[in-house]
Amino acid sequence: MSETLALSRIPLDEYAELLGAGEIEELRALAKPLRGRSIEMINSTAVGGGVAEILNRLVPLAEELELNIKWDVMMGGEDFFEVTKSFHNALHGAPYHASPKDIEIFLAYNERNRATLPLDAEFVVIHDLQPAGLIETRQAGANHWVWRCHIDLSHPNRAVWDFLEKFVSRYDGAMFSSPDFSRQLPIPQYLFYPAIDPLSEKNCALEPQFISQVLARYRIDPQRAILTQISRFDRLKDPIGVIRAYRIVKRYFDCQLVLAGGSASDDPEGAVVLKEVLREADSDPDIKVLELPAWAPLEVNALQRASTVVIQKSLREGFGLTVSEALWKKKPVVASAVGGIPVQIIHKHTGLLAHSVEGTAYQIRFLLSHPEIAAKLGEHGHQHVKENFLITQKLKRYLTLFLTLARGS
Amino acid sequence: MNLAETPFEFVTVSYLTRIGNQSAGTLAELLTGLEHCSDASIFHHTFQTLGSHHFLTEGFSNDFAQWALSDTNRNDLAEQLAALDIRDYVSIAALRSDLCRVVGDYCAAYPHFASQSALERFYFCESVEVTAPLGRNARTLDEFREGIEHLSHSGFYFHFISSRLRLQLQTNDFSHWLADGLGLKSLADSVNQIDIYTNTLDSTRAKLLRLIDRERRRA
Repeated sequence: MSETLALSRIPLDEYAELLGAGEIEELRALAKPLRGRSIEMINSTAVGGGVAEILNRLVPLAEELELNIKWDVMMGGEDFFEVTKSFHNALHGAPYHASPKDIEIFLAYNERNRATLPLDAEFVVIHDLQPAGLIETRQAGANHWVWRCHIDLSHPNRAVWDFLEKFVSRYDGAMFSSPDFSRQLPIPQYLFYPAIDPLSEKNCALEPQFISQVLARYRIDPQRAILTQISRFDRLKDPIGVIRAYRIVKRYFDCQLVLAGGSASDDPEGAVVLKEVLREADSDPDIKVLELPAWAPLEVNALQRASTVVIQKSLREGFGLTVSEALWKKKPVVASAVGGIPVQIIHKHTGLLAHSVEGTAYQIRFLLSHPEIAAKLGEHGHQHVKENFLITQKLKRYLTLFLTLARGS
Repeated sequence: MNLAETPFEFVTVSYLTRIGNQSAGTLAELLTGLEHCSDASIFHHTFQTLGSHHFLTEGFSNDFAQWALSDTNRNDLAEQLAALDIRDYVSIAALRSDLCRVVGDYCAAYPHFASQSALERFYFCESVEVTAPLGRNARTLDEFREGIEHLSHSGFYFHFISSRLRLQLQTNDFSHWLADGLGLKSLADSVNQIDIYTNTLDSTRAKLLRLIDRERRRA
């Protein structure tokens, strides 16, 4: 049974003010042959996480284009989500041995949901691994099924992937966030980027006064350079490396470092990392370690907008949408060349890539020395996001996919 | 005012990027990929990428050149690949042949660089194209101007850049119609001379509109 979902509705015309009327006219033209045709999006959670956030915005926009779209959430118990979380980590490369019981739980919940979800739309889009087994219900030639994979499959646990591949290979196509994340499959694979919403609280324009208030609240000096990394306190985001890079930069420039992430109180590993970060910061008054409330989009927005340089020095990354968030705000970004970051940062065009602490520090120093180049990178980064990583572009990609699938049949 | 017998029909285009099964980790592998990839892949990494990166007007020409620069650190090869101008090609086969020649010659001249591992792999992708009529057409220069003014980036790219392959001529949809439909050969030539490598789609459009306005004043 699907949950009732509260969707976030922003009319398409509001995007026209940012993107131009021609871009919205184009969406309407592409959607015209799809009017009234049915689409079913299925994932495993109604709230929390990037997929739900994107569907929450995408579905109302598709409805405005007169597509008969619905979003259903598969139901699962704690045992199911424990198994799929282990599968998820294993697909990211973590060691794991799936027991027969785990497999049984996965299959049983997929079977139960097959009995309750409609799954009869012309286009069925399955998000991530949890509902991947729903494909078993499909009757040959009845409708189009595609699988959207939001995770990095470049180095999966072999056994878990072999199990899932049997399902994935039965879809009409699979979508990945980066070519690097894809697999050798007998079905067409498409590049589908995650997206940000330029009108959401995390990305909308802010009054300068509000930004000043946020800086004052966290005792950040607006007169001096601000280096910022927004990310949860996770070793894979390398906050310690960021502090070390800042220390190198600090020898040459009077600057501050802001490390802002969600609260670590309900995340035991995050709490440990936070302690390590505070120890490394060593009470430096120019290092601001901020534990933001679980959902503080306006504060994140303000901190990004106030930054002189935004850093994303991850050691591993999914797509790293915080990079697009910063680029949308025309900020120069120095980031690691991992995961989906090189898709967003075209080195020396839309930002600067680095591969080490020293490299990160050097690129930051370069940007602080050449504000005109920093401004140009930020401007190009903004254009790159506008062309590729906005929710309207994602909608366009889906329309194109449905038209392609329909044409194929 | 001239009235064209055949109207100009404004169309837009959208591309899906299909991830291919080929990738390259060295220049030698790039050459093999160039020799064997599909025409849709050559199109994707040259014509289509120029449209999607139109805002980069300094030093970005195609994906092959960018990879040679940023992932293999071969500035000289990158320069040669970037110098290939898609306006000189009316077939993918000819473009592929020149790409293979440039990379092949480089690998032959510098065999030690040919087998050196790149920082990141190059993935051969393909463009899957879907077009849609915008339901707007023009018979006069005024209507044409208005249509161009309201065109999306993709629509503009479709008519001004990718049209060269479709027409199999060294011109674009706009110039083709201005010359054939309205008999404005000189305006058509001026429009075709706008440099798409040093202009964004927006500045190309602005130049085109200025040329049209000059023609309207003259008329």
